[in-house]
Amino acid sequence: MKLLYFAWVRERIGRAEEHLDVPSEVTTVADLIGWLTARGPEYAHAFAQPAVIRCAIDQMHVPQTAALGGAREVAFFPPVTGG
Amino acid sequence: MAVRVQPEGFDVGAEIKALTAGRDDVGAIVTFTGTVRGESGGRALRSMALEHYPGMTERELERVEAEALARWPLAASLIVHRIGELLPGDDIVLVVTASAHRQAAFEAAAFLMDYLKTRAPFWKKETGVDGSGGWVDARETDTAAAARWQGGAGV
Repeated sequence: MKLLYFAWVRERIGRAEEHLDVPSEVTTVADLIGWLTARGPEYAHAFAQPAVIRCAIDQMHVPQTAALGGAREVAFFPPVTGG
Repeated sequence: MAVRVQPEGFDVGAEIKALTAGRDDVGAIVTFTGTVRGESGGRALRSMALEHYPGMTERELERVEAEALARWPLAASLIVHRIGELLPGDDIVLVVTASAHRQAAFEAAAFLMDYLKTRAPFWKKETGVDGSGGWVDARETDTAAAARWQGGAGV
């Protein structure tokens, strides 16, 4: 699975993207956040307040309850501040 | 109907001309330009960096534009959003809506900005003149502004 990080999520994790083999028991966005958080302190820092984190699956906004299904690309980012 | 994400600036007059060239069904054109303020929370700003999600940002802007088109009888519309390093006074975003009558053009322009601010994946990072920096927090007032269009407001 391709994972993308933006803004301060990217800065805290220390990379903009990576490819990870996600175990099959990780079925939702919330599961993925929990699994990433356990990978290391940089992830724990990025996801310290999970309620703030926004997610997109294959470039569509989704809630954290969304199923990962056959997602190719999952992105994590703070609330958007364009315009 | 068009969206563009670009580091370059834009010329509002030239964009209006290009959007409406050769048309005689347009009776009202509304433009909104967002620019970089020189201060933020009482702090003088040196610059502002705009990050985006290549691919998704363009698609999300297209989805927002398609939703405006479904709600209002627009003859034409355009969204241009800049990315990269910007300075106080620089333009950030341009929205143009053209319709036969002004109400649709005014409302659709406000809708596009409200939706863009809460849905299009852009993130601003400020750098102060003192070198301090920080990501801009999302504003509750922007979420409230977007929420007022829920329930099918429009013509």
